[in-house]
Amino acid sequence: MNAQTVRKLGRAALLPLLSIFTALLVGGVIIWLSGPKFNGDWFGIKFVLDGYGGLFLGAFGTQKAIIGTLVRATPYIFAGLAVALAFRCGLFNIGAEGQLTMGALLAAGVGFGVKGMPLIIHLPLTLLAGMLGGFVWGMIPGFLKARTGAHEVITTIMLNYIAAQISGYLLNGPWKDPTNVTAQTPKIAESARLPALLPGLHWGVVLAFLAAIAVWYFLWKTTWGFEIRTVGANSSAAKYAGINVSRNIVLAMGLSGLLAGLAGAVQVAGVNYRSTLGFNVGYGFDSIAIALLGRNTALGVVLSSLLFGGLRNGATIMQFRTQISSDIISVIQALILIFVAAEQIIRWIYRVPATPDDAGQATLSKGWGKS
Amino acid sequence: MSRNRFLFIMGTVIALILLTVVLGRNSDSPQIVAASMLATTLRFATPITLGALAGLFCERSGVVNIAIEGMMLAAAMGAFVGAAVTQSLGVGILAGILTGMIMGLLHAWLSITFKVDQIVSGTVINILAAGLTGFIDTQVLSKAGLRSAGLLPQIPIPILSDLPVVGPIFRQQPIAWTAIILVVVVHYVMFHTRWGLRTRAVGENPRAADTVGIRVKYMRYMNVLIGAGIAGLGGAYFTLEGVPSFETQITNGRGFIALAALIFGGWTSFGSWAAALLFGAANALQINAQQFGIPIPSQFVGMFPYLLTIVVLAGVIGRAYPPAAVGTPYETE
Repeated sequence: MNAQTVRKLGRAALLPLLSIFTALLVGGVIIWLSGPKFNGDWFGIKFVLDGYGGLFLGAFGTQKAIIGTLVRATPYIFAGLAVALAFRCGLFNIGAEGQLTMGALLAAGVGFGVKGMPLIIHLPLTLLAGMLGGFVWGMIPGFLKARTGAHEVITTIMLNYIAAQISGYLLNGPWKDPTNVTAQTPKIAESARLPALLPGLHWGVVLAFLAAIAVWYFLWKTTWGFEIRTVGANSSAAKYAGINVSRNIVLAMGLSGLLAGLAGAVQVAGVNYRSTLGFNVGYGFDSIAIALLGRNTALGVVLSSLLFGGLRNGATIMQFRTQISSDIISVIQALILIFVAAEQIIRWIYRVPATPDDAGQATLSKGWGKS
Repeated sequence: MSRNRFLFIMGTVIALILLTVVLGRNSDSPQIVAASMLATTLRFATPITLGALAGLFCERSGVVNIAIEGMMLAAAMGAFVGAAVTQSLGVGILAGILTGMIMGLLHAWLSITFKVDQIVSGTVINILAAGLTGFIDTQVLSKAGLRSAGLLPQIPIPILSDLPVVGPIFRQQPIAWTAIILVVVVHYVMFHTRWGLRTRAVGENPRAADTVGIRVKYMRYMNVLIGAGIAGLGGAYFTLEGVPSFETQITNGRGFIALAALIFGGWTSFGSWAAALLFGAANALQINAQQFGIPIPSQFVGMFPYLLTIVVLAGVIGRAYPPAAVGTPYETE
């Protein structure tokens, strides 16, 4: 890595880092407002520092904390990559949650339904089922967009709810664990579970890193990836260059769904060992924040996921130590997203001048009806 | 939205209610089932109608609003706190509207002033509202021990409200009545006043609107704020007319159904209302299916509004056309 690359990476990371810092600062003010204020130690500032101390300790402070953070970051990496890949094609996949649900359902179905197979066959089959579920659930909005122009934001939101209903039906009905009152599937077979890499850490995290490398390679080193990026940068130019825009939209949405489905499958095979009702809630919006914070790059998504995973994991310790509600994490995430999206605010606060290579961001959605 | 389509949707609503009566005839008398269906339909339709009207103002002026959910959620809490602190339901309504408008101001500020992608801005508001309300609920409200100010009373129309079966239609709470009045008012404002014409001009062709002297950004700001205020009223419904308390995620996706109703209704006032009633009826069927022992898995009925929206959006039954400039920030030259 030469000096120029380092400088470029530094510049790319500057605004996101300042955004995170500012969000934590504003989050601190909110915690302070909810705390003991003027009758606490140091006018209540100690309360905030204790909270953030617990947050950091719980996220990265001990080996156990780091393992927990990695486990939490794993589905974020997959889902964040999913959203980022769609963004690269100019598509706003707000349906990662639904695709994740379908992936988790199918993976759990294969996981508990198929019995007596060796791990070497059963586990890949389980993960493949998850990928298939996500792929199909992502391809539907891609297909609808390519064929009819129906906007993917709306169709994916609707498909999220349809997936939730399907999940509700299966987990309360045919696929319900008969031994338990909760709406969940039976536990998947031992042979469908991701083995442990370290105590408490499953192999899914390695798969997530591999997925990040694969997405990077696909987008930047293959013809298919090039076509997808061209469609995302300028779909009419892509069309004149002879690229089949419809095919690329379907492909990008399908692959995006596949990654999100894998997020669900890995969560089933590595952590929960079953599909439960509602475990998926929140991943959809979180993954959008992760993709945007990571500037739709594979490396950025991995780093953002580690941050978000760390925040989620550390929040438990923070809540335990200081009784600060872990919901503050969502507030901080939203603030990060505000500052990343409206980077003029950050530029203005810290007097950062605009640089020409900031213009290379992927184009986002362009309204409801048009394709 | 064409008259035929409106009548078709209304017919479907009535058909759904009749279907429930037929399916539920073994467990209860038709009067009871029909009255229950009507009451539940209207109860569900109110926040969806208000949410859809909120989206109508935003989107007709060219600003995509996927943040109806977040605005309503924040407003539900604002209304509850406002009412509980002052022990006045009127203040609660105002607090709800105000909270909605604050979220709307954030949406407008991000998407109009900073030209942030409008869907990203909406995502921000949804995450922020979920996080903030959850945080305030567990961190502040549960410790403060606020006492609820109760629920808004029903306002019955004399004589009509005593009719059998259809009686519940004429026995509604104030926000529900306001929603119905607003449907008419919004239709008039949007399609028969100068304000509405300008709003639509800004949403269809902002460049042309700008050249004839309409202030594009001002119009968009105002419409987003008006819409957000209506969403705020819709949020107030949950804690002032629904249940007398605030619960985490109390809106439970109703904001997204409202968005679906807006699209389903072709970005018109009456269309959105019809769609809201249809979704309300589907929801009522889902609830009553269990109660009256109807042999359809409730989840399949629950899917119905979302499937229908996809079908409409894909142009299978009557294409829906959004305002042409929706989603694009306006750049002055």
